[in-house]
Amino acid sequence: MNDILQELEARRDTARLGGGQRRIDAQHAKGKLTARERIDLLLDEGSFEEFDMFVAHRCTDFGMEGDRPPGDGVVTGWGTINGRMVYVFSQDFTVFGGSLSETHAQKICKIMDMAMQNGAPVVGINDSGGARIQEGVASLAGYAEVFQRNIMASGVVPQISVIMGPCAGGAVYSPAMTDFIFMVKDSSYMFVTGPDVVKTVTNEVVTAEELGGASTHTKKSSVADGAFENDVEALGQVRRLVDFLPLNNREKPPVRPFFDDVARVENSLDTLIPANANAPYDMKELIIKLGDEGDFYEIQEDFAKNIITGFMRLEGSTVGVVANQPMVLAGCLDIDSSRKAARFVRFCDAFEIPILTLVDVPGFLPGTSQEYGGVIKHGAKLLFAYGEATVPKVTVITRKAYGGAYDVMASKHLRGDFNYAWPTAEIAVMGAKGATEILYRSELGDAEKIAQRTADYEERFANPFVAAEKGFIDEVIMPHSTRRRVCRAFASLRGKSLKNPWKKHDNIPL
Amino acid sequence: MMKKILIANRGEIACRVMKTARKMGIKTVAVYSDADAQALHVQMADEAVHIGPPPANQSYIVIDKIMEAIKQTGAEGVHPGYGFLSENKLFARALDEAGVAFIGPPEGAIESMGDKITSKKIAQEAGVSTVPGYMGLIADAEEAVKISNEIGYPVMIKASAGGGGKGMRIAWNDAEAREGFQSSKNEAASSFGDDRIFIEKFVTQPRHIEIQVLADQHGNCVYLGERECSIQRRNQKVIEEAPSPFLDPETRAAMGAQSVALAQAVGYTSAGTVEFIVDGDRNFYFLEMNTRLQVEHPVTELITGIDLVEQMIRVAAGEPLGFTQDDINLNGWAMESRLYAEDPYRGFLPSIGRLTRYRPPEEMASADKVVRNDTGVYEGGEISMFYDPMIAKLCTWAPDRAGAIEGMRHALDGFELEGIGHNLPFLSAVMDHPRFTSGNITTAFIEEEFPGGFEGVTLPEADIKRIAAATAAMHRIAEIRRSRISGRMDNHTRVVGSDWVVEIAGKSLIVEVSADKSGATVGFGDGTVHRIDSGWTPGDVLAVVKVDGAEMKLKVAKQPSGFVIRYRGAEMPVKVYTPRQAELAKLMPEKVEADTSKMLLCPMPGLIVKIDVEEGDEVQDGQALCTVEAMKMENILRAERKGVVSKIKAAAGDSLAVDEIIMEFE
Repeated sequence: MNDILQELEARRDTARLGGGQRRIDAQHAKGKLTARERIDLLLDEGSFEEFDMFVAHRCTDFGMEGDRPPGDGVVTGWGTINGRMVYVFSQDFTVFGGSLSETHAQKICKIMDMAMQNGAPVVGINDSGGARIQEGVASLAGYAEVFQRNIMASGVVPQISVIMGPCAGGAVYSPAMTDFIFMVKDSSYMFVTGPDVVKTVTNEVVTAEELGGASTHTKKSSVADGAFENDVEALGQVRRLVDFLPLNNREKPPVRPFFDDVARVENSLDTLIPANANAPYDMKELIIKLGDEGDFYEIQEDFAKNIITGFMRLEGSTVGVVANQPMVLAGCLDIDSSRKAARFVRFCDAFEIPILTLVDVPGFLPGTSQEYGGVIKHGAKLLFAYGEATVPKVTVITRKAYGGAYDVMASKHLRGDFNYAWPTAEIAVMGAKGATEILYRSELGDAEKIAQRTADYEERFANPFVAAEKGFIDEVIMPHSTRRRVCRAFASLRGKSLKNPWKKHDNIPL
Repeated sequence: MMKKILIANRGEIACRVMKTARKMGIKTVAVYSDADAQALHVQMADEAVHIGPPPANQSYIVIDKIMEAIKQTGAEGVHPGYGFLSENKLFARALDEAGVAFIGPPEGAIESMGDKITSKKIAQEAGVSTVPGYMGLIADAEEAVKISNEIGYPVMIKASAGGGGKGMRIAWNDAEAREGFQSSKNEAASSFGDDRIFIEKFVTQPRHIEIQVLADQHGNCVYLGERECSIQRRNQKVIEEAPSPFLDPETRAAMGAQSVALAQAVGYTSAGTVEFIVDGDRNFYFLEMNTRLQVEHPVTELITGIDLVEQMIRVAAGEPLGFTQDDINLNGWAMESRLYAEDPYRGFLPSIGRLTRYRPPEEMASADKVVRNDTGVYEGGEISMFYDPMIAKLCTWAPDRAGAIEGMRHALDGFELEGIGHNLPFLSAVMDHPRFTSGNITTAFIEEEFPGGFEGVTLPEADIKRIAAATAAMHRIAEIRRSRISGRMDNHTRVVGSDWVVEIAGKSLIVEVSADKSGATVGFGDGTVHRIDSGWTPGDVLAVVKVDGAEMKLKVAKQPSGFVIRYRGAEMPVKVYTPRQAELAKLMPEKVEADTSKMLLCPMPGLIVKIDVEEGDEVQDGQALCTVEAMKMENILRAERKGVVSKIKAAAGDSLAVDEIIMEFE
């Protein structure tokens, strides 16, 4: 009997060693942790329950039958993050370079199916050379099986991808369909075709880092939602993100004990808006001062910085924040910022996360590059996302809310629940100067007259009261009491019930 | 007594004057420029009058505008504060003609003390000790030696037209005087085309010590002890104290008597300051007299118990002084730290912007401790480019110097200031500097002790361990809170452990945290134990922690796996790991900071006015590369070494943030 028990331990030890000590050392030498070490950092200590430790591939070509390491290059299972259940797969680069075989894919599919059934997020740790060439089309089939599950799980359980090594070719499309992608600086890259193929086809010379490193994907392509210094930091921050997310689309977002005053007064917000209407200010200061304990988890921090997206907590409970950033491009909407915010709003709506929108938007960015790039359809994405969202929506207009962009930014007309404005708000069809130049075209030659007209327009429209008179603004509030007002607004919406008409699915302008 | 006064100033001094006026039941009028419409002094005043655009020469120092504001409000007196119109005789005259009391000295005193040569002459005549020197032309080296002997060695031989150390020699004996005269003369002739030379006493180990005087309109004049202002950076005072750790009662009495004599010689009334330079042998020499309230006056107030502004107002109203010299006792010790919006890590470059957080330590006064903060700003206010970059004057008092310094350390630790660069860490560094605490300071202190600028403080081992213990306890609290999130699996919740590894200042410290109701006991691997008591909760940015009963105030910012802690001029990342996390973190590669030595970075937020070079240009050490305009000042950025410009990343007209790349070199 004892021998049998020992046999299990021995088999486990072998499986835990993955590709062997030499390959583990090589992995460490690259500044990367092993699949199991990563799971240790992701999950609560001792909470990991492994599945399929002894699964081995079934390939018999190219002499593969002689090398069948247990686990087949991916570690799968479930565990907890601060006591809440998550499913996890972690590709093991020390076993066949983490390449994906039919059985490797089956292991991933198994935990994804369980995650769907049991309602818990999936965290995928990617570190793989790609398809298992020896298996040919069986490997491709494996990818597609995973893809199909990513699609089915989308909007049902949160899916988070952490890229901690190579992720190339077809493999990129699984993370691409998850909710969030995080990368590790200097040790991860993602691309559909690598530098060699790029060189052959287009003659471009580019390094893997330049083509698909963390910097490229967080700043240029927006494929990744964030990048971290190393494996330890990345997994720590994924834990932090999971703390903001509900486990599935049937549950409310989590609530955590908080140490902040719900009615905290921030007198400094009364002077946040500069005297000069064209002077920028940092919208992040408002976000930090509104949220519990100044805690803010920013998503896509380095991309389309004219809009800010991320999570905060109010009264311990998660709120998604979308905010124009006057520091960048005057906070205008453009193709990139619309896409970024639209995806974020849809994530929040899918998972019942209330949305706080902070508005200071002078309009859409003009120009041929925007029009040729399809700003009409991209801008419509954000409009669509806000309009279809049924979660609690609270909006605060701090300064400008001009033109169509006013409508887009969670206006009352898009079923905004609470639309507040600061006294400094200017809700108008456009800025005073532009408006008078159209309204009084015949007087354009007379600078003095136009100046007077502009002043009159400002007097009449550069305030929140015209909109408030029409009920488009529910209340004009003092900046210093914004936290209290917003907290109370969301508190009052905890029982909100709103349903969109039945449809197979909508047809958002992709 | 006057019923209403106008304060022809802004910032902390305007607020300071208003405080006393209010205490005396006098109404106050503020004046303000466009830039100050929301300023604290405007909010504090009973009335406020707008006097023009931001630049001082279009508002605060335009006499007509102030006179108009006086007329408009019916103020009976004007306090000028310091700077601006405070030493402007035309202003004093204009007030006099309008029958409005100037809360300051008479016009004649301002005039005679305003001129360096005249004031020195008057001082000499009044029996005040001045720096011995010979201002006439010196014919040859022998005459130079003769004069040097009359003055007494060491002497400084200087070119009349000199500057920047050129044509300047210090001689300690006849031979050096002879040789110094010749070489100075030659250097002066070739550098300035003017070989006139003069000789004066060279003051060794110079200290800046000044005497506060106070005189009424009835011929009474007293001195209120001295202030030592030797801690200066480029002639800007940074830390002042009263009394001076250097003066003995005899020297103090002599300096005081001479100062009073000078004040009386010029018919001085109101508060004034006679500045001296004092050498290592306590010889003192008159520098100049400031005919106004000094910035650093609070330290005198703290040791004498006399409100100088109140006295100024009473004197201006014609009241006689209510005390004599014999009534004046110097009690205890006071320190003043000037908080400037200057970034010490960037060569003290001025920093402007919004004070996103401004929480000074609480003002308090007890028998053995006083904390006083004179300020003109508030959280959410703006440090503008138009005026003095001073944010506040933080003062502490205690029965002795060590107590005042200790009080200042704590007060600086508790001062929360965010949004702009500031010199808090530097002030803390000085307070902990052994040479400063010993009192052995000179005006060269900062230059000598921080020759390469300021790079932060390295804390002693004991402090590092105390901080490690505190952060471990704090981290544990934060982790326990995280484990109390909703949606947990029943019966399978996370148990937060008690073993942690604190990575701090390059060290890995293994600790065991045993928590209880009021705090935690933190044991280190080497057997030492620290007791931590604190009411800290996650999100608090100022942690008041009792470590073994002694209070520490830590400024806390979040970072992945831990905190960034600021304490006593040090700023350090602290990571707190579980043993397993620590083991794996050790495997992480050390990331080298991007090499910026081959880049020209924008040193301050500003506008590129012009780029002087093109890609491919070879530049020489010191060659101008581009001009950045910031705070209305054009700053020319120069090459630090020879090189070739490989890439230019900014163009004229671009607005850059701090550390944005302007150009790269090969």
